[in-house]
Amino acid sequence: MYSRRSRFLTIMLILGLAFFYIPMIMLVIYSFNDSKLVPVWGGWSVRWYQVLFESEEVWSAVALSLKIAFINATCATILGTMAGLAMVRFGRFRGRTLFGGLLVAPLVMPEVITGLSLLVMFIALNQLFGWPGERGFTTITIAHITFSLAYVAVTIQARLTGMGETLEEAAADLGAKPFKVLTAITLPRLTPALVSGWLLAFTLSLDDLVIASFVTGPGANTLPILIFSRIRTGLRPDINALATIIILAVAICISIAAILMFRQQRADMLDQQMAAREDT
Amino acid sequence: MTDVKAQKPTIAAAPRKTVFQRFMRRVQNNFRLIIIAVPLVWLVLFFLAPFFIVAKISLAELAIASPPFTPMIEWLDGGVVTIRLVFDNFAYILNDSLYFDTYVNSLKISVTSTIICLLLGYPIAYAIVRSGPVAKPLLLFAIILPFWTSFLLRVYAWMGLLADQGTINNLLLRLGLIDEPIRMLYTEFAVYVGIVYTYMPFMILPLYANMEKLDGSLNEAAADLGSRPTNTFFRVTLPLTMPGIIAGSLLVFIPATGEYVIPDLLGGGNVQMIGRVLFNEFSSNSDWPVAAAVAIVLLFLLVIPIIIFQYFQGKASQDP
Repeated sequence: MYSRRSRFLTIMLILGLAFFYIPMIMLVIYSFNDSKLVPVWGGWSVRWYQVLFESEEVWSAVALSLKIAFINATCATILGTMAGLAMVRFGRFRGRTLFGGLLVAPLVMPEVITGLSLLVMFIALNQLFGWPGERGFTTITIAHITFSLAYVAVTIQARLTGMGETLEEAAADLGAKPFKVLTAITLPRLTPALVSGWLLAFTLSLDDLVIASFVTGPGANTLPILIFSRIRTGLRPDINALATIIILAVAICISIAAILMFRQQRADMLDQQMAAREDT
Repeated sequence: MTDVKAQKPTIAAAPRKTVFQRFMRRVQNNFRLIIIAVPLVWLVLFFLAPFFIVAKISLAELAIASPPFTPMIEWLDGGVVTIRLVFDNFAYILNDSLYFDTYVNSLKISVTSTIICLLLGYPIAYAIVRSGPVAKPLLLFAIILPFWTSFLLRVYAWMGLLADQGTINNLLLRLGLIDEPIRMLYTEFAVYVGIVYTYMPFMILPLYANMEKLDGSLNEAAADLGSRPTNTFFRVTLPLTMPGIIAGSLLVFIPATGEYVIPDLLGGGNVQMIGRVLFNEFSSNSDWPVAAAVAIVLLFLLVIPIIIFQYFQGKASQDP
């Protein structure tokens, strides 16, 4: 901080935060509306939550989405970490430019293009090898891993660049094999990035509508597909209730993760300060 | 002779390696190769190769078959191979004013939204950078949180605000500012609001990351030398934050051009954007060759911005 915020900046900041949060606050408030018409206020009520909890369709969509998100996050974290390591720690190798390009493109590629191209790929694979068979759980998970791993790789790359290579070099100088360096030094120090990469992949998967719509098959409805099919025709009070639960769950999980990481960072900083003091 | 005899028992006594140990040894020996190859093969198989299949389908014709297009290579009787490339789909798209106008409209909406995001996001990012040590992480968290909550639900939230009987119209009616509801939902205005709202964090975060690294003493030096704040901003701060501006703008512009959900839910068929046309061509009309051609043309339009983005990402990941 090198100077104070001007009044203009403060006003923009407040307006920006209001712009971000008012729509979501309104969504939450109207989920407690008794009226069947969302915008018409009919008094406070939790009846739409009851409707929601009784809906089997919603529950099976939630279960499918969570299952996909969990497997996706785990696989994407492994693949994304490998990719991040290769890009930051391995120097030059053949195909590095192609690799780098393939890692960045999924971040910005319009979803309709990714979705369509994955679908035709699955159909081609199925014609050639009889795999992956009926589209649904497997195809959605593979599609999600493909774009999630790019996000994880970015997170890992940033952390790897930030933490420097000195400790790894020291371990290697002392005779540790590359694999040992990875498991003993690099991975433990990457933990905050691994956690945030996993969480990011998890939420990206829970959130995806367009790509899942392309690669899904009959009967495999993820939560976003279910929500979208219901809100296409207009506002629905039970969706407001569902949205409230999702927003609160995400807010709580992310807050906990943020607090844990903040503490970790502070502990790291204290460690470094102590080490610096001992040096002098 | 004695040497051999002495060695033999040691070999026999050595514990035999388990499958797992042998596997781990292999992993250790090919460590580098495995780390590079596994994600690379995945991306080539599921990200790069599919584009070629889309390109292939875009050169086929619609057919009553499963999948619904003609094969590119056919083996006729007698071992004759024919290769059919049909450029009709591209001719159809480029000559049909509906498609052409939709591409132009998509670009217009995404460019305008990007500029709005930049004009609003820049001061917000700057305000966060200049906040105190306690407020800064909290503000940053407040910007990131919406990014983690469901995109679909954030768009849905605006349906509730913008509807004819929605929150905004209700409020304005009650205040007596208007006599009848203003039509906002299912207009281009709603699409702009939706894009700016959902893509704003993508603008703010790269800008913040860039501004955070700026050296404040440069601004002080400029001020000491008698530069006015506006002058300092345009001659020092703005040029230095160019990488953040470019990264943020591309992160908004490229995906927004192909956006499907926002024009569908907030534009409601009154706003034509190419992502929506592509999706409908594929799902409602089942015309895969045309959908593939639409995708290829869209990719062609976006390939230069994507390469620029990759260049800046590559640079950002190289220098610490």
